[in-house]
Amino acid sequence: MEALTESNVPANESVNSSTPRKKKSNGLWKSFAEQKYLYLMSIPFVIWVFIFSYLPLWGWTMAFQNYKPSKSFGEQKWVGFDNFTRLFHDERFYLVLRNTLVMSGLGLVFGFIVPIVFAVMLNELRGNTFKRTVQTVSYLPHFVSWVVVAGIVSKMFSIDGGIVNQLLMWTHIIDTPIQFMAQGKYFWGIVTASDLWKETGWNAIIYLAAITGIDKELYEASRVDGAGRFKQMFHITLPGIRSTVMVLLIMSIGHLIGIGFEKQFQLSNNLVTDYSEVLDIYALKYGIQIGHFSYGTAISMFTSVVSIILLLSANGLMKKFTKESIM
Amino acid sequence: MNTKAFNMTKGERLFDVLLYVFLALVMIVTLYPFLNVLAISLNESVDTVRGGIYIWPRAWTLENYERIFSYTGLIQGFKISVLRTVFGTIVGLISSSMLAFTLSRQEFKARKAVSVFLAMTMYVSGGMVPVYILMRQLNLIGSFWVYILPGAVSAFNVFVIRSFMDGLPYALQESAKLDGANDFKIYYKIIMPLCKPVLATIALFLAVGQWNEWFSTYLYNGSKANLTTLQYELMKVLATTNQGGAMTNANDMAKQMANISPESIKMAITIVVTVPILLVYPFLQKYFVGGMTLGAVKA
Repeated sequence: MEALTESNVPANESVNSSTPRKKKSNGLWKSFAEQKYLYLMSIPFVIWVFIFSYLPLWGWTMAFQNYKPSKSFGEQKWVGFDNFTRLFHDERFYLVLRNTLVMSGLGLVFGFIVPIVFAVMLNELRGNTFKRTVQTVSYLPHFVSWVVVAGIVSKMFSIDGGIVNQLLMWTHIIDTPIQFMAQGKYFWGIVTASDLWKETGWNAIIYLAAITGIDKELYEASRVDGAGRFKQMFHITLPGIRSTVMVLLIMSIGHLIGIGFEKQFQLSNNLVTDYSEVLDIYALKYGIQIGHFSYGTAISMFTSVVSIILLLSANGLMKKFTKESIM
Repeated sequence: MNTKAFNMTKGERLFDVLLYVFLALVMIVTLYPFLNVLAISLNESVDTVRGGIYIWPRAWTLENYERIFSYTGLIQGFKISVLRTVFGTIVGLISSSMLAFTLSRQEFKARKAVSVFLAMTMYVSGGMVPVYILMRQLNLIGSFWVYILPGAVSAFNVFVIRSFMDGLPYALQESAKLDGANDFKIYYKIIMPLCKPVLATIALFLAVGQWNEWFSTYLYNGSKANLTTLQYELMKVLATTNQGGAMTNANDMAKQMANISPESIKMAITIVVTVPILLVYPFLQKYFVGGMTLGAVKA
């Protein structure tokens, strides 16, 4: 990917259509004419991206207004940082921020470590059929939606016949079934576990591919030197996938606060909202369902700005200490 | 790896056994929920209430499926889901492959500018409310196109395809140029056929994304009975769960399906929503492993 810090003046901006084509000095128009198909193939989509990805950024101005959909831009009332002041004085906001950070933190730690462990374990398997079967099965949950997963999860944790309660009763860990889905204290764990169930296999693909790229001779050489399989794992396999791990770590830190809300939205219910509500759901509630668009925008904007700061700092720190970076 | 048996220590052999047992357990944990749902969907709903169905139906019946297929909302939802998956995938493939092609051409003057312009969208987004307002201003709310247009160009997909194209020999394009082919012809006659593996991967990503997406229906078209998708219909049915179910803000939906649907019916709908997408992935598995790798390294 191109460095994002470079200036991005479009190369074709200075094309002046009134300049005569024959003049040798005017290479720009000539190259524009020569590359007309390339421009034709990219400009429509650039406009498309501008509309659907850049125009919403313009919508950030709403955060500084008391936005009324019926009025034009000129007629909106500007209120400065009022919406942010209100946001930072709202107790609910801190609760929601806590939920977001806890769940994304758990997701970051487990969603990061478990797929690596899984990939290393798969790599240790000698039987190729078994390995392929495990892999194919592990991708399965990635392909179903959170709606389906939420249905499945609440079935598994249900008090009448859910397998989790059945197993816990059968092993005499508990005597009466637990209402897992109805108690806030279990919510964070359930979200993290569901996410692991859904995505571990899929996320391991990238690490497995990286492991495949490690020079086989390293393993052979280490075996000659008497290294066992644990030593090989820690001194060859793990260092071998280090740069992949670092790049993905930076990306996940960038997403720490903007983790999305699908799983929280689908898995929660009215009984656990104090633990399940994350920033995006908060923005949805205030911004769209209640119709306070400006306040909702302020929440989204806060999320985006924090995400960018996290991404840049993670990238900067990694660059400094490990020479890996994504930009 | 092929460590030979003779230089395996006792510890290593124990490690092997534990490894197999553990991974077999992982497989069971992954598969059991699906098998359980399938078994319940094939069991008589009255009998299901007694509990004790694990991976094998006790009283076989197809009645649950007959009942859900006579519910018009489901047929209608199926139609919209298929339409948005097909359209969304085609539009997404065309947009990202064309953009990727122009970006893979080293001599293309606007290349750098377009790359940066695209890459920015991966890190900064306006957020839910500004996007919602935009859709309102573009009159996309309450229309089918709100499923297709907003996500049609994805920077990630463009960069994945571009890095695949970068690996193709440039001589192919040069010789086509000498034969008088223009850039557009080179794109669809020469480059596209060579890109089949990466296009298959992206098609899978797009199709899975479209099929599984429920939020745009919830946000924009929830009140349009003729535009709801299968996922949304499933959501409505699951929301009628009596004990602390899977939904918040379900009030408006619960009203639409006032009668609580029995467990077996819910599970049958879950199967109908799940199976179509699961049928696709084994065929594309050999491609997406490569595609994933390409994407994550580059993007």
